[in-house]
Formats: sequence, structure tokens, C-alpha cells
Amino acid sequence: MIEIKDLHKSYKMGSNSLHVLKGINFKVEEGELVAIMGSSGSGKSTLLNILGMLDGADSGEYTLDGVPIKNLSETKAAQYRNKFLGFIFQSFNLINYKSAVENVALPLYYQKVPRKERQEKAMQYLERVGLKPWADHLPSELSGGQKQRVAIARAMAAEPKVLLADEPTGALDSKTSYEVMDLIQKINDEGNTILVVTHEEDIAHMCKRIVHLKDGVIVEDKKVEQVRAEQYV
Amino acid sequence: MFNKDRWREIIEVLTTNVWRTIFTAFGVCWGIFILIVLLAAGKGLENGIKQDFGNIATNTMFMWTRATTKGYEGLPKGRRFEFKIDDVAALRDNVPNLRFISPRNQLGGFGGNNNVVRGIRTGAYNVYGDYPEIINQDPMAVTAGRFLNYNDIKEKRKVAIIGQGVKNDLYNKDEDALGTYIKIQGVNFMVIGTYKKNNSGGGEEGQKEIFVPFTSFSQAFNRGEDVGWMAITANDGSSISQLKDNIVDVMKKRHKVHPEDTRAVGYFDLYEQYNRVESLFGALKAVAYIVGVMVLLSGIIGVSNIMLIVVKERTKEIGIRRALGEQPWSIKKQILMESIFLTLISGMVGIIFGSLVIFGINSLLDSVGPVDMFMSPSVSVGVVTGALTILMVSGLLAGFIPAQSAIRVRPIEALRTE
Repeated sequence: MIEIKDLHKSYKMGSNSLHVLKGINFKVEEGELVAIMGSSGSGKSTLLNILGMLDGADSGEYTLDGVPIKNLSETKAAQYRNKFLGFIFQSFNLINYKSAVENVALPLYYQKVPRKERQEKAMQYLERVGLKPWADHLPSELSGGQKQRVAIARAMAAEPKVLLADEPTGALDSKTSYEVMDLIQKINDEGNTILVVTHEEDIAHMCKRIVHLKDGVIVEDKKVEQVRAEQYV
Repeated sequence: MFNKDRWREIIEVLTTNVWRTIFTAFGVCWGIFILIVLLAAGKGLENGIKQDFGNIATNTMFMWTRATTKGYEGLPKGRRFEFKIDDVAALRDNVPNLRFISPRNQLGGFGGNNNVVRGIRTGAYNVYGDYPEIINQDPMAVTAGRFLNYNDIKEKRKVAIIGQGVKNDLYNKDEDALGTYIKIQGVNFMVIGTYKKNNSGGGEEGQKEIFVPFTSFSQAFNRGEDVGWMAITANDGSSISQLKDNIVDVMKKRHKVHPEDTRAVGYFDLYEQYNRVESLFGALKAVAYIVGVMVLLSGIIGVSNIMLIVVKERTKEIGIRRALGEQPWSIKKQILMESIFLTLISGMVGIIFGSLVIFGINSLLDSVGPVDMFMSPSVSVGVVTGALTILMVSGLLAGFIPAQSAIRVRPIEALRTE
């Protein structure tokens, strides 16, 4: 599903440049639930941004579902993001003047799905994350966990190939974190490919595979026994 | 493009900070208001002045004789001469494109003595000997009876058409003037019609004129073949200003005036005067446009400014949208539409206020009666659509830079903004 080869990325900081990713090679099969771990500054967010086509790599190859991702125009990148990827952010990033259901419907709007169908689909996904009764609430009227669940529903609404989660539990307490992870696990159980960036051990162990990043290179890549979040909920 | 979601979003964005939106809108509103009111004021002035011209045929010149200032062919300088009735035919033969040539003779004049008597009443009026065509050059409404005709000319009938002012002076209020006689310098004329002029230019004086057939006038007042002055109107396609040199030359030749004697034939070119007034209004209009558009421009810059701030405020949101897959041009379109919408709406409010003010002035003018040199200020539909076009374009321009800056932000940077 995802294949990257010898990926390099450096940021210019004034006169000196910061080499963040120093040759990353890795592969994600369909249906995997991968945790990307590492301390801050290890390059994990940069990697996720490149995977999410929010940022470009300096060199190396990136193939997503057989499509080479290279030298994309902004328009093309937007199109691919919409079609291939769903994002879940640490800070939820809901649009605060739109209700929950409108937020979920947003990716569908960019796919030019007709209004009525959009509304129905968005409702379905909200139901799946258990927030149907809150459909007409604004993000400011929702709790952190609820917001993240709306964000997950939004990420899934466009039925992307891959879900990218950047510290999805970073802003939540542990109980809510487990609820969110439970949801992510269930989505994964349905066969969706999910990448989770985290620095929390327990969250990482709820995935099926852990990739350790350190100073811009992969130091460890292992399959783990998945801990179900369900039991903590 | 005009889907419901986009509109909802535009409304949402513009109503999140209502006062800011209103103050921004005021800039544009004020600009277009100034433009509309200035143009209307210019139009009012134009209407007022043009009213003074009335519906006089403006493509007209008046021509009269004066003493020569150069000797020619043995004739001395300082010689007086008169136009003759034959000159009319000569002009018609030699100068093409003339529509009316009216020879005229005149009695009385400004500050003249009493020259008309009816019973025990007397008055001082301008009395003209005229051909029937004069009604086309110096329009008047015949309120009773009829105007002169060619039978009057041919038979030298002693008939007269009198102005409303004359009738008021010489007749009782409900007396019928038709068929009665008035004595003009001792000669009786029968009143066959009354008229009223509607141009304010003649004013009171314009209503106190008496028209009699040219031929009867010449006979009654012993003018022989003489013509006092002429009113000459050119055809619609050609301008009298271009024909006048030719006309004057023909007259000079016929009356043995030195070709370089510029004083002997006097004339007044109404068309030239009219054109001068026309170009004055052109200039006024240009000034109104420049001032209005300049004021509007500062409003537009205000809109552009606010749109930049809106984009800045929504950087993160734009980042989210792009992460979710919104196309850059779609974001650009959104910003542009917000800008156009804001300018258009505020512009329309400005137009409405402008129209209300114009309407107010008009009803004020109606209630206090006519004012000198100012009449029914108005703006045409063309001007309003023009203003709306200006608004559209300027809204587009105002939104352009902000829209550009909105899509220049990389999504990753936008998302990082907290």
C-alpha cells in the first residue's frame, strides 16, 4: 500500500540546514496498523507529513497504492489527499463554525458528492463513532474525545486508502485515549490501513507493528502482539 | 459555483465579525454614494442649463447687419446696409444643407416705448414680422386659434398672434382674444391666436411678444424689401458652425462688402454656445467620475485589507481544508467571492442611499418650485449598471491579493499555526 525508498528531507534554518530524515525505507501492506514512534525531533511528524503529501521530500521514492507521488502540483496533491488519505490530528482541527456533521461532510463536498447524499453519508459515519445525537453541535460544544471522534469520522468519510493519525491521543486523558484507540482498532479490523504517530508506549502497543525512528533513521521495525483497547474502556 | 454551501460559508465568514464587515462595507458604500450623488448633481445642473435653451433649435445662427469697416468697390467705409428679402432665396441657392431661413423684422425691444394699444390699455412689446417657419426655430405652444400661415404672407393679412403675457395685459381675465383687434403703432391687426412659450430662458419677456406676417409687417411699417435679421437653421446632419462662413460670404458678396471686413455682418452662433455648454458638462461628468472612483478606490483598498486579515485569521482553517483535499483554486474562488459579495452588497446599499438622496432632492425641488440652473437631478440606468460593473471588477481586484496569499500558504505551515 505504502512504499518508500531512501527518503531524505532537510529543513533550512537560516544558514544551516537541518537534516531530518536520513534515508528512510519502509513498506506498509494493506490492512496494517502501524505505530511510528520516536522522541521529539526524531522526524516522525515530518515523515507523516510527507506521507500525507502535505510536505515534499528532497529525494527518494514514495509510492501510494501503486501511484508514484512525485512533483505533484498543489491541485493534484489536493486531489490525491482527498482520494487516498484521511487525516487525524492531535489538535483535532475541526472547523469551528461548522457543526459536527458538516465537518464530517467536508471531504465529500470536495469530491463533489451531492448535498443530500453527503449529509446521509456523514450521518452514517457519525453514527459509527457514536456521535449521531451530537450531529448538529458545534465543535466548541463537544468534549476532546468527542471532537477526536468527529475528526475520525471525517477522516473516514471519503473512504480513503490510508488513515494518517498524528498523535491522535496527544491531547486526551488516558481513558478517552483508549476509547479513541478502540475506535481506531475497530476501523482497522474492517481492513483499513492506519498509520499512527505517537510517543506513548501503551498507545503504540495497541497497534500491530511498531516502527522506531531516531535521528531521522529507522532503528527498529517489529511486529507486536496487539493490546486491545477495549479492555480499558 | 453558486451552490448553497458556498453561500452559507460566505455569509458565515462575513457575519462572524459583523462590525468589522459593516465598517469595511461603509468604505465602498460611501464611495459609490459620492459617485452617484456627484453624477446626479452634474445631471441636475445640465438639465437646468439645457432647460434654459428650451427646445430652441440649437443648430441655429442669427445674423444681422452693421456698418462696414472697410471701403470696397468705391463704396466708403462706415456705410450702413440692410439685408433684402432676395437674400433668402440667394442663401437657399448658394448654401446647401440649410433647413430654415427665417427673415425677421422687429418693432420695440428692451425698454421700448408703449407701441400697442387696445381700448384704454397700452403696452410695450416686441413685435415681429415673421414667416410661418419661425415656430420651428423658436418653439411655442399655440394655446388658442392658430399660428401664421402662407396665405397670411401672400395676402399680407393684418393678423397677429399674441403671447400669454400680452393677453394678460390687454384683456380681461375671461375675455376671448380671438377676433379682436389690437393697434400696433397705429395699425390695426386682428388677433388670430395666442401662444405660450415653455422655455424659462425667455422668461417673462418671452410671453410678451406679438407675431405678424412678415409681408404685412413690411407694408404696415414701411420696411420695403428690408430684412432686419435672419434666423438660420441647418439640417440635422450638418452643423451651422461649419456653414456660417459660407453664409456670411454670400451676404458680403451680395452687398458689396469687403471680403475681409469681419464687422459688417454680425452673427451669433447658438450651436457653438450650446457645444461649449455641452463640453462643460462633459468635463463636470469627468470630474464626478474621477472624484467618485477615487473615493471608491479607498473603500476597495479597505476591503482588500480586511480580506487579507480574514485570510490570515483563517490560515489554519485553510490548511485543514487543503489537508482534506480542497483544491487551491476552490479556496481562491471562495476568497474572491467573499470579496465580490462584500463590495457588491455594500455598493448596492450605497446606490440605494444615493437614489434616496436624489429622490429627496427631487421631491424638495418639486415642492419649492423651480430653482435657477438646477432641475431634476438623476442618474441613468446605464450609470448604475456601470457602477455595478466597477464594483464587480473592484471586488475581484480587492480579493485577488488576499486570495493569492491564501493559496500561497503551504498546508503544513497553515496547520502548524496555533
